Amino acid sequence: MKRTFFRNRWLPYLLVLPQVAITLVFFFWPAFESLRLSLYRSSPFGGNDVFVGLENFLKLLASPDYYASIVNTFIFSFSVTALAVGAGLSVAALASQRIRGLTAYRTALLWPYGIAPPVAGIIFLFIFHPSYGVLPYFLSFITAYEFYWLLKGWVAMALVIVATVWTHLGYNIAFYLAGLQAIPGSVLEAASVDGAGGMRRFAFIVFPLLSPISFFLVVANMVFSFFETFGVIHAVTQGGPGGATEIMVFKVYKDGFIGLNLGSSAAQSVILMAVVIFLTMLQFRYLEKKVTY
Amino acid sequence: MTVLQAWRRPLPWGNLVVHLLLLACVAVIAFPLYYAFVISTQTVDEVLARPPVLRPSTHLVENYAAAWTRSHMGRLLWNSAVVAVAIAVGKIAISMLSAFAIVYFNFYGKHLAFWMIFVTLMLPVPVRIMSTYEVVGNLGWLNTYWGLTVPLMASATATFLFRQFYLTIPDELAEAAQLDGAGPLRFLWSMLLPLSWANIAALFVVLFIYGWNQYLWPLMITNTESMQVVVIGINNLIPRTGTHIPEWNVMMAAAIMALLPPVAVILFMQRWFVKGLIESEK
Repeated sequence: MKRTFFRNRWLPYLLVLPQVAITLVFFFWPAFESLRLSLYRSSPFGGNDVFVGLENFLKLLASPDYYASIVNTFIFSFSVTALAVGAGLSVAALASQRIRGLTAYRTALLWPYGIAPPVAGIIFLFIFHPSYGVLPYFLSFITAYEFYWLLKGWVAMALVIVATVWTHLGYNIAFYLAGLQAIPGSVLEAASVDGAGGMRRFAFIVFPLLSPISFFLVVANMVFSFFETFGVIHAVTQGGPGGATEIMVFKVYKDGFIGLNLGSSAAQSVILMAVVIFLTMLQFRYLEKKVTY
Repeated sequence: MTVLQAWRRPLPWGNLVVHLLLLACVAVIAFPLYYAFVISTQTVDEVLARPPVLRPSTHLVENYAAAWTRSHMGRLLWNSAVVAVAIAVGKIAISMLSAFAIVYFNFYGKHLAFWMIFVTLMLPVPVRIMSTYEVVGNLGWLNTYWGLTVPLMASATATFLFRQFYLTIPDELAEAAQLDGAGPLRFLWSMLLPLSWANIAALFVVLFIYGWNQYLWPLMITNTESMQVVVIGINNLIPRTGTHIPEWNVMMAAAIMALLPPVAVILFMQRWFVKGLIESEK
């Protein structure tokens, strides 16, 4: 592709300087520092760092707390992803029927995206409140279960999952609506002429055509629930009760910032870095697919 | 024509069903906000009543006033607004400049610069928190707007978006500008910028929400009340222990105030918001 290039010796460097400077100072240097720290046992008050090789990693692998945080992260991320993507597809399929007031529906479904997960968490904290909340009240007609989120780990987990899904659902709906609008109507017309009913058309034509978007959304939701949901845990459950909602990102913060165990926190950061690199690569496979599609 | 047409035809009764189902979805999604609003207008006694009272009461003003004064809401909202606008404007500005350099110039190290910007996608705040905190501390930026905003301003996605957009602009435009004797900055300012408004508006909405809703980063680098942002500051109002008066009404008033600005931005700029959401992820 031929472009017109301006000629200037120093201007392009000046133009990329702000971005590159921020990248170097706040992204690269800290990332390398995390890599380095993960191999050291360091005192929080500066001074004598001792090189310990992989000891921080080995300790993590031997730590039941760390396994618990991995399990929690997977329960949390998979539930958020499955619920938000699944519900997103269903709602988008409904909302993309040719009906009046589509714009109004779309707005009515999208706005929770503006709500920060921690704020959503606080609202659901009250909805789930064992003595005053509306949810335990109505559920008490069905089951005698005590929804005490301060004591029951799984209730606390359900609470943060539901709050996160609530804020993130609109994102998936927006993508699926865009994807549904891009499907050529003629394909469906043809299927319809061949006698395929609504459900069959959805299952055999629409759904496969949406698979690149679904793949992208699954990965994007995983990234979101891994890395952008610290706030809901911190504001609502503080990782409790008994570590039941302590996800990996929360543990990095707790061990590093609160516990001042810098080596372990850095080692956990490095593990998370591997996860995010993996997920980003997956996302790029979607982009490649999209280019050929 | 579209999918939707093709789907609908065999179901003449389908329209009504679809409307009812969609209304149900909207109701379920809107309920938590409605409930929060209802609670924010009640007295503590009404909040604690069983069965729950699900309609608004008359104490809106006093609850919001209590939330406002008790959490220094004015200051919190101001800080959040400064942070959100600064992050959005900063990200857009530096991304535009670097995308412009990458598309319209040939320079040594161009691919390295592009690659470095790309890699930031793989370095979200949580994977480098302690060291980034240290860097900001060494710069003396703890508890400052600089510290709250500048480290979050690099943006691979915004850079890609502008790069994609510049690539679609015909070469002839730059050639014509050159013939007229316009330098690169003049071209950027008088041609590209006006052409980019739609993209800028779309990105602004998404980035404003991103900035407003930041939590981990402000939590780490601010420890004074006067520098806190609203998403964090309202936590102080959560009635956590049994000894507190369970003032969930005041809490919900604060939550509504914290969530209203970004939601209002979405509602007023809906068109741009959807565009920005989808484009910034491509």
